[in-house]
Amino acid sequence: MPEIDLGSTPLRQLNAALHRLSPDTNERHWIVDHPAGRHAIAAGLNVPVTVEINGPVGYYCAGMNKLATVLVHGSAGVGVAENMMSGFVHVTGDASQSAGATGRGGLLRIDGNASSRCGISMKGIDIVVKGSVGHMSAFMAQAGNLVVFGDAGDSLGDSIYEARLFVRGKVKSLGADCIEKEMRDEHKQALHEVLERAGFDDQIDPSEFRRYGSARKLYNFHVDNAGAY
Amino acid sequence: MDWTPRTTPRASATFDEHTLSEIRRAAATGIYDIRGAGAKRKVPHFDDLLFLGASVSRYPLEGYREKCGADVWLGTRFAEQPIHIKIPITIAGMSFGSLSAQAKEALGRGATLMGTSTTTGDGGMTEEERHHSTILVYQVLPSRYGMNPDDLRRADAIEVVVGQGAKPGGGGMLLGQKISDRVAEMRTLPMGIDQRSACRHPDWTGPDDLEIKIEELREITDWQKPIYVKVGASRPYYDTALAVKSGADVVVLDGMQGGTAATQEVFIEHVGLPILGAIRPAVQALQDLGMHRQVQLIVSGGVRNGADVAKALALGADAVSIGTAALVALGDNDPALDEEYRKLGSRAGCYDDWHEGQDPAGITTQDLALAARLDPELAGRRLANYLSVLTLEAQTIARACGKSHVRNLEPEDLVALTVEAAAMARVPLAGTDWIPGMKSNGEAG
Repeated sequence: MPEIDLGSTPLRQLNAALHRLSPDTNERHWIVDHPAGRHAIAAGLNVPVTVEINGPVGYYCAGMNKLATVLVHGSAGVGVAENMMSGFVHVTGDASQSAGATGRGGLLRIDGNASSRCGISMKGIDIVVKGSVGHMSAFMAQAGNLVVFGDAGDSLGDSIYEARLFVRGKVKSLGADCIEKEMRDEHKQALHEVLERAGFDDQIDPSEFRRYGSARKLYNFHVDNAGAY
Repeated sequence: MDWTPRTTPRASATFDEHTLSEIRRAAATGIYDIRGAGAKRKVPHFDDLLFLGASVSRYPLEGYREKCGADVWLGTRFAEQPIHIKIPITIAGMSFGSLSAQAKEALGRGATLMGTSTTTGDGGMTEEERHHSTILVYQVLPSRYGMNPDDLRRADAIEVVVGQGAKPGGGGMLLGQKISDRVAEMRTLPMGIDQRSACRHPDWTGPDDLEIKIEELREITDWQKPIYVKVGASRPYYDTALAVKSGADVVVLDGMQGGTAATQEVFIEHVGLPILGAIRPAVQALQDLGMHRQVQLIVSGGVRNGADVAKALALGADAVSIGTAALVALGDNDPALDEEYRKLGSRAGCYDDWHEGQDPAGITTQDLALAARLDPELAGRRLANYLSVLTLEAQTIARACGKSHVRNLEPEDLVALTVEAAAMARVPLAGTDWIPGMKSNGEAG
């Protein structure tokens, strides 16, 4: 099990080593110590390995992740798992702005709170936040699921497309074209599957969540809707 | 005699024919006008500059015999694999979606024939353009449509788009008529919607964040690829300086004449600077930082001929980029299609309703039947011919100025025909030594 101490090893050396791994590598579990908020740790991974990071990370940790599992034992800076394609990223602490931004696949789990713009422009990623999310979360969200155990800040789902938002707590306000929608059995089932994949098994009752999505009134520009912005 | 002389009907210069028609259109529809292309108003431009050429005090190169280089290295600051283009002209970013697949392929073919690069756009990378472009620049835009690390790695360079000249501060736009199945799938959007992209990046704001974003892109691509930062011309001195500070290898500066697939007419005509007024401040920023020629500068917006290329280089750019002119070379606005353009309420030479997707030339459309009209091989050949002429023309001027490489052209080779152009380009008004706004010692006046 390779162990890298970022206190003494350059980040470039770590990422280069991770990028060199072949899909059938035997080095399947990496430990990274003393990350000290460095940016772009484990960005651009492309193989099914696990990278365990002991401490807080800076911007863009696990950016554009593909196939890999990245565990952050601490908090994450801006854009954790941005544009993730697949795999699993788990942050045990809080996450800063734009967590999971533009993600196209995979699963991002945040055990603490996520700041503003969580899931901005998400394109298929699933994001599960045990705490609350800040304002403008799921802005222009295109596809995927955003699940929030706590509350959501202002303008949730502003200009949302086809992403599905599930919030268990309060929503301070909904953004343009975002509405509450009926939580039918199919949605409870879909939510259950996301929660299960995130490791919550049957601990959480999907029926406690409310569902939000697009009213689809602003998909095509019409002058009568100009006041919506 | 009962006839009294009358003055002839007089049109208003303020309320001219175009203005009146726009007032009537606005009154009838209640919505702003959307169109493609760049600024159509007359602004100070390269036409307002002249080269002095050689004389007693300057030796020319033999026009037909002595070599005049035209190649450019891009991305030499940090990238382990900088790009080498054989001509100082690149193809600007234009999306699949705004353009047909055939048009994208033709751009790749033409650029490749001439040894230069083409660029993706707000819609991701298509197989056609990757396959047909030997050197392909991959744009990272606010929308991140189609963005994925595999394309990032198979690109030859990466361009972080902050803005474009036609609409600095605005995001992309692609109306529902052009959101075909394929375009919708690439962008993860419902088919037929009016796609209005974000104008701000989703995961960074400001130069400090941009520096970290660039670091991430470099890490993902193992520091192999040149990273460009593209800005619309608005505050070129500061934007260039901040792009350099953020770690860019190349700065791309796009003036207001640069085209767009679609946006509001009022945006195109009233926001941003003409490229003539933007180059010198950008070069000044590079010089002040000691980075001129270390960080390369590509300028665009209204480049039409080899003289424009040469003038841009003389003002300090390393290369130029073309978009609108490249589309014309492919066949856009061709007089042979005049009758069809008139059916669409326009005419050859004026057609700019690119957002409607009904382009009879098969270029700015997603209609498969219309797109099939464009032969990518033939159109690519036409583009290569055009790029060749631009290069030959620029070399002709450079030789006449005594330069063995087009990059050696300099402001000293130029004069301006108007006070405005002299001030913007910071070269003397023709026949004088007066540079408006500058003291005789070269300092700002």
